[in-house]
Amino acid sequence: MSLDLLRSLSWLPEPLPDFSARCRAVLDQDSETALGLRLQSLASFALNENQLNHLARAIAKAQNSHAALKPLVPFRLGILSNSTLDFIVPALVATAARYGIVLECIKADYDQAVQEALSPDSTMHRAMPEAVLVAVDYRALPLRCNKGDAAEADRAVSQSLAYIETLRAGLKANGKTVCILQTIAPPPERLFGSFDRALPGTTANIIQRLNLRLAETIFGSADILLDVASLAETVGLADWHSPTEWNLAKLPFSHRFLPLYADHLARLLAALRGKSRRVLVLDLDNTVWGGVIGDDGLEGIQCAQGDATGEAHRSVQRLALELRERGVVLAVSSKNDDETARLPFRKHPEMLLQEEHIAVFQANWNDKATNIAAIAKELSLGLDSIVFLDDNPVERNLVRQLLPAVAVPELPADPALYARTLAAAGYFESISFSEEDVARARFYQDNAKRVGLEQKVGGLDAYLSSLQMEITFQPFDEIGRARITQLINKSNQYNLTTKRYTEPEVAAAQHDPQCFTLQVRLSDSFGDNGMISVIICRPQSHFAWEIDTWLMSCRVLGRRVEQMVLREILEHARRNGIRKLTGAYRPTDRNKLVEDHYSKLGFTLLGTAADATTTWELDVDAAVIEAAPMTVRSIGFMQETSDLANDRVS
Amino acid sequence: MEIGEIYKKLNTVFEDVFDDDTIVVRPELSADDVDAWDSLTHIRLLLTVESTFNVKFSASEIGKLKNVEGLAELIRSKAN
Repeated sequence: MSLDLLRSLSWLPEPLPDFSARCRAVLDQDSETALGLRLQSLASFALNENQLNHLARAIAKAQNSHAALKPLVPFRLGILSNSTLDFIVPALVATAARYGIVLECIKADYDQAVQEALSPDSTMHRAMPEAVLVAVDYRALPLRCNKGDAAEADRAVSQSLAYIETLRAGLKANGKTVCILQTIAPPPERLFGSFDRALPGTTANIIQRLNLRLAETIFGSADILLDVASLAETVGLADWHSPTEWNLAKLPFSHRFLPLYADHLARLLAALRGKSRRVLVLDLDNTVWGGVIGDDGLEGIQCAQGDATGEAHRSVQRLALELRERGVVLAVSSKNDDETARLPFRKHPEMLLQEEHIAVFQANWNDKATNIAAIAKELSLGLDSIVFLDDNPVERNLVRQLLPAVAVPELPADPALYARTLAAAGYFESISFSEEDVARARFYQDNAKRVGLEQKVGGLDAYLSSLQMEITFQPFDEIGRARITQLINKSNQYNLTTKRYTEPEVAAAQHDPQCFTLQVRLSDSFGDNGMISVIICRPQSHFAWEIDTWLMSCRVLGRRVEQMVLREILEHARRNGIRKLTGAYRPTDRNKLVEDHYSKLGFTLLGTAADATTTWELDVDAAVIEAAPMTVRSIGFMQETSDLANDRVS
Repeated sequence: MEIGEIYKKLNTVFEDVFDDDTIVVRPELSADDVDAWDSLTHIRLLLTVESTFNVKFSASEIGKLKNVEGLAELIRSKAN
């Protein structure tokens, strides 16, 4: 699975089906968004080789028409190689746009690496590239020697290194060109077997020593290492090296890894341009720990050692801590009450992350785009320096749509792979490590500060419409009973009265003709959220219903589900001749979220009891509740009046 | 795999590789008929065919290909 994770760039969202048509049309479109940003946004998907080619063509067209590509920045890259570059160049050009770079490639003729590097009037030197990639592989190096001859093996290592150093010196002779050197991916064919690594003079032995020496010459220099050996080993050398593709077209590695290779190189160019990301914003529930703190409580969340789910989330915490140690600033954006969200940090003995590691701590019920904008402002950093990690695809897409500059990795279903996916995405690629990096975490005063929100980020309504939500209302039934009971006994946060009922009590409500009940399901373009809300209304008089239970899953918060639920209740109330709805808010230490629930929905406050319970009332005939953008299905209700219509659509 | 299905999938591959929605794949189609079908695109085409149909071609099999008909037959002999 990990091979697929890497090869298919699975941290990036899938491209839309009409991706190629969009590439072709990108120059002709009239759009408020700048052309450069549109190209960057096309590049931000998990593109295969053909899709990269289509995008590269669009970028070339844009360059030829001399269109302004701001805010993308230009970069001139030379490439020397002993293999075919024709496939690599378009992939690089398209991938660089993902990192905000318009790439111009100057390629040396096939197998002309030495001449191009050393001759002062070569194409390469005249083009004055800002950086040159020396993409030679093992086939270019003098690796052959007698097996077991230690002196000859040393010579092979030195001569190979000297070859690369000659290219490097030649390229730097008349300019400030940065060299990007590749480590060598060893071929998978072994001669003796495992002994190859130990025996001087074998290809495996020489390459291993060469890579080490190469890395030593890079550290502390102005040049950069592209660790192709590591990349190839990570995905598997046998897949990386394709003899057929080399024989057929001199492809230095299998074309299937071209998107991955290009992404790794483009990260380095971005790092060189100072475009690496610097802040990791973490969601909490089901990301930093397993479970929902507001519903499951301190004992219910999973982040313990030895527990499989706990370990998965601990690996996220561990990676976040390690990133912080190398200078990445940590922040939190969680839909929670502030105090509830901080509870595990303060009280859970197995939490690795502590409040002192977090620079800004945004736990509230506002949308995450607004919170992330506030975090960026507080840290005085651009949105393009932020990475946002969240298990919830709806939150991820909301942030992608409203704040396209923020990097939001797609995550696999299994939390055990969250940390690996985040690491594989390479958002924090760095070409140096300094004292300042270490000091940065302290500089941002990790006081888990809570900052106020300014203006809401726009575009939320359009996003909700794009979700294609379908809400389904049904009265309680046998099929839903277990889940209804579970929600009644588990929901703490979006729960107005926190009344708990047993399964027989739920069944009694179902069979009581005086009771009005609702089980509510919501599906959207990401899938089925299942049952997300439960309502029980009991008769207060012949003309009034009391809302005994109103609860909702926090997962669908901010989607205006509560409005639609009230509309449904009103609809049935009217058919039953009900004139008045009453409701109560009974405060607990968990449900402050819904303190204003009834006032927001237009109910009138009747009074406040000694235990701070507030009671509310709504005039059924006068109430007008705005519809939210979703399709409504209302099924299974008894014929309350003769003209009852099923499957109403709003 | 049915030959009709192979042609249908091949058409998508050709559209993708040549970045052209209007291309129509027929048995006698060859590199002589399409301007953009150079040696580089030929390799791209074959690599995309390999991953789309989950098959592998040897250099000699590739060397013998004359037109789409040969390619479709080769795919049929390998794909399940």
